[in-house]
Amino acid sequence: MGVYLNIVASGLLTGLVYGLAALGLSVIFGVVRVVNFAHGEMMVIGMYGAVVLAGWPGIDPLLAVPLIAALLFVIGYALQRGVINAFVTRPEHMQFILLVGFALMIANGLLMIFGPDARSTNVAYGFESFEVGPLLLDKARVYAAGTAVLTTLALFGFFRYTRPGKAIRACADNQLGAKVVGLDVDGLYALTFGIGAACVGVAGCLMALVVDVRSQLAPEYTLLSFIIVIIGGLGSLAGALLGGVLIGVSEALAGFFLLPSMKSMFSYALLILVLVLRPQGLLGKRA
Amino acid sequence: MRPEPSTTPSASPFAGLPRRGALLLALCGGLLLAAPAVVDAYLLSVLTLVLWLAYTGQAWNVMMGFAGQLSLGHTLYVGLAAYASGVLFVYFGIGPWLGVWLAIVIAALAGGCIGALGFRFGIKGVYFALLTIAFAEFTRIAFDHFGWVGGSAGFFLPVAQRTSNDLLDLRGTPVMFYYVILALTAAALLLCRALLKSRLGYYWLAIREDQEAAQAVGIDVFRYKLIAVVISAALTAPAGVFYAFFYNNMYPEQIFAISRSIEIILGAIVGGIGTLFGPILGAFILTPLGELVTAGIEQAGIDVPGAKQLVYGGLMVLIVVFLPDGIWPWLARRLRLDGRDGEPRS
Repeated sequence: MGVYLNIVASGLLTGLVYGLAALGLSVIFGVVRVVNFAHGEMMVIGMYGAVVLAGWPGIDPLLAVPLIAALLFVIGYALQRGVINAFVTRPEHMQFILLVGFALMIANGLLMIFGPDARSTNVAYGFESFEVGPLLLDKARVYAAGTAVLTTLALFGFFRYTRPGKAIRACADNQLGAKVVGLDVDGLYALTFGIGAACVGVAGCLMALVVDVRSQLAPEYTLLSFIIVIIGGLGSLAGALLGGVLIGVSEALAGFFLLPSMKSMFSYALLILVLVLRPQGLLGKRA
Repeated sequence: MRPEPSTTPSASPFAGLPRRGALLLALCGGLLLAAPAVVDAYLLSVLTLVLWLAYTGQAWNVMMGFAGQLSLGHTLYVGLAAYASGVLFVYFGIGPWLGVWLAIVIAALAGGCIGALGFRFGIKGVYFALLTIAFAEFTRIAFDHFGWVGGSAGFFLPVAQRTSNDLLDLRGTPVMFYYVILALTAAALLLCRALLKSRLGYYWLAIREDQEAAQAVGIDVFRYKLIAVVISAALTAPAGVFYAFFYNNMYPEQIFAISRSIEIILGAIVGGIGTLFGPILGAFILTPLGELVTAGIEQAGIDVPGAKQLVYGGLMVLIVVFLPDGIWPWLARRLRLDGRDGEPRS
């Protein structure tokens, strides 16, 4: 029994980090209406950022979070301002090719810089764990999940209480209306893309605590984020977290009972089921 | 935004083509027929790949270009067809000319399932595209663990003897394979032309341009979208059979990879979605471009892992930024082939 509980708990903690990554995707799609097919690649930028900062300056990935968030914000903001904004009104397949082009450039740029070998952050507490009753929780995983939850709460607060947050929500609700009342829609789109990129960058930085970093992970994370967002329901922040936890736990269980390489098959099966039974997602509203 | 399609229905497949267009087409066809006599083995292999991508791009175009349904998992049909015909050949001794029919049925069924699931539940646009990716990825991982066909270690056909041609079993020299794929590409072009000129084609265009309006005038949208997916999938299947017998090996990692789906659709996008010659033109531009990039990077001595893909990604971005409608519509205007070639373009 204890074994299963441990598996579920560790899947749940990883799932919270997945949830944060998916949140970034959800925010971008919910507002800008562009699917970020370079999402996993941005996540891997965050992961390598954590590795680099943990290396020579010796900054713990948890402390590196603000730096990496800032870096990814700038990347996301610049991409949206510079190129993607012109594609907002273009057909989906054009957006797809554009972002896949960026994704290839990012993933292979990282491959050229860091080489094909896996890197890790090697934190001091990497092999330590907390004992809570029958549970044995990796310290790194607990810290990562905790930071992910804090970041998510900050995001909730931003959208709920700040002026730019409210303006972005207005944009998502009614783009034309937002324009009519004088909001700078293009600027808000860039801001949103920056925020989404920052979310996934932080998620990558946290994931670097618990997995080895390779640029080949990127497409996997992109697809994982799609799955979570669709399962949870687009535009629903809580849905992204719920979807993340669901996928995290199901991956952990599938990896234990079947083969680790089969774990994502269950995520896809879950996605197909949700698309068929409840296309708007678990917590999404009917369009 | 979209110009009125200026089509004139006619019986003959290429009626309505201006004389210079027909001449140009005949010239290109003649060049392609004569090519194996002139080019070396390397160029022939590049041409074969070009025609393979032109063919699959044409098949994908039926779904996206004609009916407006975006599929990002088209390699699913390639892979299923390749495995079906390969298994029939190796385990049951059934040749490719029979096997291709089973492959077509399987691919059509898979397409039908995805279409029925997606359209029945009103999954549209980007959600539908993600559903197609999900099915392709699901199948990839399933085949990775499908021991009977080799799993992730791959499935192999006995390597062909390259000296004599056995068209019945599709074993032979690269020249034979070149003519097979050339014939397939030409047949697909004629078929798509006929489809576009049929009642079905007009229904598709109506659905692509405005689904609700199409429904309002009494078109059974669900049914015709489903037919588009099934035809597109079935048309893709022979390319999978060709792949199996040409390369003699299949790995789920490669044949079901998203990157292959991207390759398939990229040619059609670059050439011009919804046009008949766009997918062919796109393949003829992209594949040699990819080869040039490879050669250039080797020449420059920066052949590190990732360099090719980095350049390729950059080219993709440049192409969609600067050629949003594809090359064919632009070229057709320059050559004054538009307006009367009867091709609705999107």
